[in-house]
Amino acid sequence: MVIKVDRERCASSGQCALTAPEVFAQDEEDGRVVLLDEHATGPEVRRATTGCPTQAISSD
Amino acid sequence: MRAIPTDRGACPFDPPAGMADEPLSKVRLSNGDQVWLVTRHDLVRQVLGDTRFSSEIDGGFLDVPLHAVQPQPGMFIQMDPPEHTRLRRLLTGRFTVQRMQRLRPRIEQIVTERLDALERAPRPADLVAEFALPIPSLVICELLGVPYAERASFQEAGARLLTLTGTQEELEEAMMRLGGYLAELIARKRAEPGEGLLDDLLDSGLSDEELVGIAILLLIAGHETTANMISLGTLLLLQHPDQLALVRQSPEAARTAVDELLRYLSIVDVGMFRRASTDLELDGQIIKEGEFVTCSLAAANRDPALLDRPEELEVSRPKAPHVAFGFGPHQCLGQNLARLEMEIAYPALFRRLPDLRLAVPLEKVPFKSDMAIYGVHRLEVEW
Ligand code: HEM
Ligand code: SF4
Repeated sequence: MVIKVDRERCASSGQCALTAPEVFAQDEEDGRVVLLDEHATGPEVRRATTGCPTQAISSD
Repeated sequence: MRAIPTDRGACPFDPPAGMADEPLSKVRLSNGDQVWLVTRHDLVRQVLGDTRFSSEIDGGFLDVPLHAVQPQPGMFIQMDPPEHTRLRRLLTGRFTVQRMQRLRPRIEQIVTERLDALERAPRPADLVAEFALPIPSLVICELLGVPYAERASFQEAGARLLTLTGTQEELEEAMMRLGGYLAELIARKRAEPGEGLLDDLLDSGLSDEELVGIAILLLIAGHETTANMISLGTLLLLQHPDQLALVRQSPEAARTAVDELLRYLSIVDVGMFRRASTDLELDGQIIKEGEFVTCSLAAANRDPALLDRPEELEVSRPKAPHVAFGFGPHQCLGQNLARLEMEIAYPALFRRLPDLRLAVPLEKVPFKSDMAIYGVHRLEVEW
């Protein structure tokens, strides 16, 4: 499983960085998602994925 | 056609009775407009996540009919992409989780000062006026870079804008005055830049009109909302002493509690409208171009598909993907600021005043049942 983020869709809500801070952070400039660990798994990653308001996080 | 439910008679902390009766139905607003009401969590996310349900609208309150608008400069809450994206991205870097943490010491100081003032106030005291309203207002001053000496008058102008139950003209007049002050503040900042969000935006290619619009939007969007969460959340916790004890216990517990309080209270409920920009399908139904849609965030946040025991307040449960801050590209820009303010304010209040209690029976508390943002007008407390 590899996590993917779509920075074009991202609305910089910060939900992901709040839910799974080891996996997601926010760009200092525009707040868009930064993926820290594309191989991370677990309940936090799942919650961040479903919680994203713009469906910018996926994994395959 | 039934009227949109508004009766919170049974419990002031629950959504109006009958709100969730149907996932998607047509209802009548008090101004006579007919709109689609969406109440199921997945459908609410579908509407708010799809910008073909346009935000470029106004009205729905008082006697103003819903209508499409060209948004005022800077008011990106009423814009669709690409304009919305352009303006929002200029600000999002200022509202990140990391960035908000840098404001923590200032917010803690503001909360401490308000608690000092509250302790000196005659009892019973109004928690709304003494504590809940000043905190977000002072935090926005801090964020925008409003000079200390001018904060009192800025706060007053903001309060006037919010407490207005008056006419459209009075509202516009208050707005003009605040706009005038902000335009003048921006001119001074152009001459001598300081520290703050407005100062940082001076060179971003925005017109002064857009800067004023953004400042007013942040004030309107971030003041009453946060204040109502602080006061209504306190009132709710006072009714649930076991949950209050958890919030008082540790900063960790207070942090977790904030999202549950947001979900449970859903103070922004059916106040955000959208307009179908083309024929759109929703749950097998065609929403025709030009028709208006509203979402009950309160009903969606009590949807059994979202979480177990949605009717229970459980401040220690893991954060559910609630929609109290909306959903989609317009999801609240200030959410991480609001969270931080609440996460600091609640435990600080309960620790400083361990005997905090209502000074009037719950039935006597004046709820804002007729306003766009739910809350209490006053909260008389003793300790
Ligand atoms: C507990 C407090 C708050 C609640 C419940 C709340 C709720 C919301 C909701 C539901 C929306 C979505 C509106 C829509 O989709 O049309 C929104 C948008 C917004 N909020 Fe908040 N808000 C809160 C605090 C704040 C604060 C503190 C600020 C800033 C200082 C803020 C600034 C904004 C802005 C600028 C938008 C528009 C975002 C956009 O259109 O892209 N809010 N808020
Ligand atoms: S939750 Fe989604 S929209 Fe929000 S910052 Fe993360 S990727 Fe972006």
